[in-house]
Amino acid sequence: MAPLVKVDRLCVTARDERGNNRAIVKDVSFEVQRGEVVALIGESGSGKTTIALSLMGHTRSGIKIAGGSITFDGQSLLDMRSRDLSIVRGRDIAYVPQCAAASFNPAHPLLRQVIESSQIHRVMSAAEAEAKAIALFRELALPNPDHIGQRYSHQVSGGQIQRLLAAMALVTDPKLVIFDEPTTALDVTTQIEVLRVFKTAIKKRGTTAVYVSHDLAVVAQMADRIIVLRDGIIREVASTGRILTQPRNDYTKILLAAAKPRVRAATNGIRKETSVPPVLKVMNVVAGHGAVDERGIPAVPLLRDVGFSIKAGSTLGVIGESGSGKSTLARVIAGLLPATRGEVLLNGTKLPRNAAHRTRDQLRRIQIVFQIADTALNPARSIGRILGRPLEFYNGLVGDKRRRCVAELLDMVHLPAAVADLFPSELSGGQKQRVNLARALAAEPSLILCDEVTSGLDTVVRAAILDLLAKLQRDLGVAYLFISHDLSTVKAVCDEVMVLYAGQRMEYGSRGALHQRPRHPYSDLLISSVPELRQGWLDGISEMMPKETSAAIAGVAGGETCRFFERCAVRIQGRCDVEGIPVRLLSKGAEIRCQRTEQELIELFTP
Amino acid sequence: MSVDHNNTAIEAPAQPRRRLPLSLGGMVGATIVAFWVVVAIIGPYIAPHDAGALLDDDLFGHMRWKFPLGSDYLGRDVLSRILVGARYSIGVATVATFLAVLMGGSLGMLAAVSRGPVDMTLSRLFDALISIPSKMSALVLIAALGSSIPVLIATVAGIFTPGVFRIWRGLAINVNALDFVEVARARGESTAYLIREEILPNISGPVLTDFGLRFMFAVLLLSSLSFVGLGVQPPDADWGSLVRENIDGLADGAPAVIMPAIAIATLTVGVNLLVDNLPRRWSSTVEH
Repeated sequence: MAPLVKVDRLCVTARDERGNNRAIVKDVSFEVQRGEVVALIGESGSGKTTIALSLMGHTRSGIKIAGGSITFDGQSLLDMRSRDLSIVRGRDIAYVPQCAAASFNPAHPLLRQVIESSQIHRVMSAAEAEAKAIALFRELALPNPDHIGQRYSHQVSGGQIQRLLAAMALVTDPKLVIFDEPTTALDVTTQIEVLRVFKTAIKKRGTTAVYVSHDLAVVAQMADRIIVLRDGIIREVASTGRILTQPRNDYTKILLAAAKPRVRAATNGIRKETSVPPVLKVMNVVAGHGAVDERGIPAVPLLRDVGFSIKAGSTLGVIGESGSGKSTLARVIAGLLPATRGEVLLNGTKLPRNAAHRTRDQLRRIQIVFQIADTALNPARSIGRILGRPLEFYNGLVGDKRRRCVAELLDMVHLPAAVADLFPSELSGGQKQRVNLARALAAEPSLILCDEVTSGLDTVVRAAILDLLAKLQRDLGVAYLFISHDLSTVKAVCDEVMVLYAGQRMEYGSRGALHQRPRHPYSDLLISSVPELRQGWLDGISEMMPKETSAAIAGVAGGETCRFFERCAVRIQGRCDVEGIPVRLLSKGAEIRCQRTEQELIELFTP
Repeated sequence: MSVDHNNTAIEAPAQPRRRLPLSLGGMVGATIVAFWVVVAIIGPYIAPHDAGALLDDDLFGHMRWKFPLGSDYLGRDVLSRILVGARYSIGVATVATFLAVLMGGSLGMLAAVSRGPVDMTLSRLFDALISIPSKMSALVLIAALGSSIPVLIATVAGIFTPGVFRIWRGLAINVNALDFVEVARARGESTAYLIREEILPNISGPVLTDFGLRFMFAVLLLSSLSFVGLGVQPPDADWGSLVRENIDGLADGAPAVIMPAIAIATLTVGVNLLVDNLPRRWSSTVEH
């Protein structure tokens, strides 16, 4: 049988600001057989989304298909008139975008939008479509499938909206579904749920799908065949199994290697000097928004009684899902969001809670690096000026001295000195993140708060930044508070790890301890949710894992009961949700906060 | 580390960035604005006739060599009156708008950066001011103090300040929430530095457009004040009052009503062309 999609020598060009045409997809040919799931994998700028969009005969503005042909189900897409194209789109080809929340109109209920394409193409009556959509909701494991369609997009969680989008795509029984990074923005625990229902739905229908992703581990679960792209050129095409086990292309090998960050040896030596106070000690910090009551607890607490310490020159990893209070913690330490209770100690001396009351030297010693490199650099100032400011502000360097220092800093983060004359918009994401780091280093801090510094970066660039962080720590002895939602990154770079959930410290111990059971039930959930780089992993994990929580978290409890109760697989009704959680020291050396004793946890999590 | 270096290699900028600082539209706008500014300064000295003299027996006279832009409803020379009126229209409106932007803008940014009680106080204060009908209060003020150029400037500036405050505060709040401002705040920078270095350069684009718009509103407000007799006092006249006083000539297609209107139109178009086409770097906004 003829393949459903046949792409032959596709060339796509983009017009840049100067009006020159630049090829972004070069001579790409591939086929998608019926019932096959093909993955397009590559870094940002590899042309994977451009190719996926061109499969619908669509290009983003400023981009033009310059040559080649795309045959879909016997028709040549590129020769079709736009009216005929719009008949095919939505009915025969469906698209599931990455940014789910932005794909729904917040002014209309969800169900109406889910069945919209079926109504436009008149493939079935509204009542039929609604019944079908509700059946799909049930199949995609959405809570309350009969009524969720009446809600609006802001009333459902990120994982749910992604599944609603998939229902929207599947409602017309399309011949081809294009998934464009559908789980990239989700937490690992949510991602696994979404992946599982997607996979079941695809399998059950025998849907032909094109799956676009940068994440090799995710793709390994979903795809039959993988196409590796770089700079708009196909580097390697092979079955998933072969790509994972016997990559032939050099770039594929780099991708595979970068997907498993090199685990760095724990910093030794420094930790022996016990007499020196830790560089940072945080004690019983409570912080949040809203009115603060007499016990120092705000109306909307984001951090509940968090404490830890970081030794000089070592790295503490903070891990948790979105909303766990990770970024709040960094802001509290930096004094941007003053704590309402508890203390932050720098080298043994108490810091004022508000940054405005700290001395310049105290401010200098703690620097913060933000996640989104694009917004962390002032777009109206040159790199030289951005890096020069902390030098001038803290050390009073001006003129030639400052220029030399900026060049040194750029060299330290492996950027050429010429970058000083450029503006942030002229740099790539990885380069911006390096500048970000350099700005923090300019202050010669003893602690850098890294807030998801590698999250927005491609796998290969991320590996380079992690290497750089490690090298700087070796050379300068700076300590890091490394915040991330990505467990493999944290495991690779941190000496100690703290697991946060809804502002509570669930587990706190050495990196090694996190690898061993028993663990806190939440740590266990997190760790087992990270996709592994092997086929069949998704099918192998137990269905026993608790589903994601319903959108509303249980009523604000008295502060000290377990916040994880709703989602916990081993909760004890009537105890976990009533009593305060005790801190337990496990024999592996880690502290957890759980009602369950070590013995119970060992028994519960032994298969 | 070899991968690392490959990834960060930076190509030298392919072409040196030496282009015209302004696009074509910007050049046209700049030329028009420059022309009118020069006229505003030297207008009275190059006017062929006395702006107040009744010279033509023919009311609403057509264009001829003696009166290149015709004559008005009293037989005065329209060209001379436009040349002399330029300084009232452009001068008063510019100074008033500038004052409004200076006050409203700096307070708006201060409110956005300080947040909390400072923001609260300033915002409510300007909310209260904005609720007073502006034309009415202008009439009362001018009627009480008597019409003079300084009073006109102060009144127009006062009327525009709350609106400017709102726009600047709104824009500044968006930038204020971005990470680079947080970084500067964590570094311990002062409020003045935050406003000057972090906020201002990143809102300059929309703020300049706002300036252009408000400038034209000021010209219009001045002419409506002139219409009710509280603006620039006769025999002097700004362009708005030139249009108003010759409005009867509209039916005859008299140049006396069309020419001042064209002057206002060219100024509007010129200012907005210039402001919209300023080089990217000056008018950069944070794209998010």
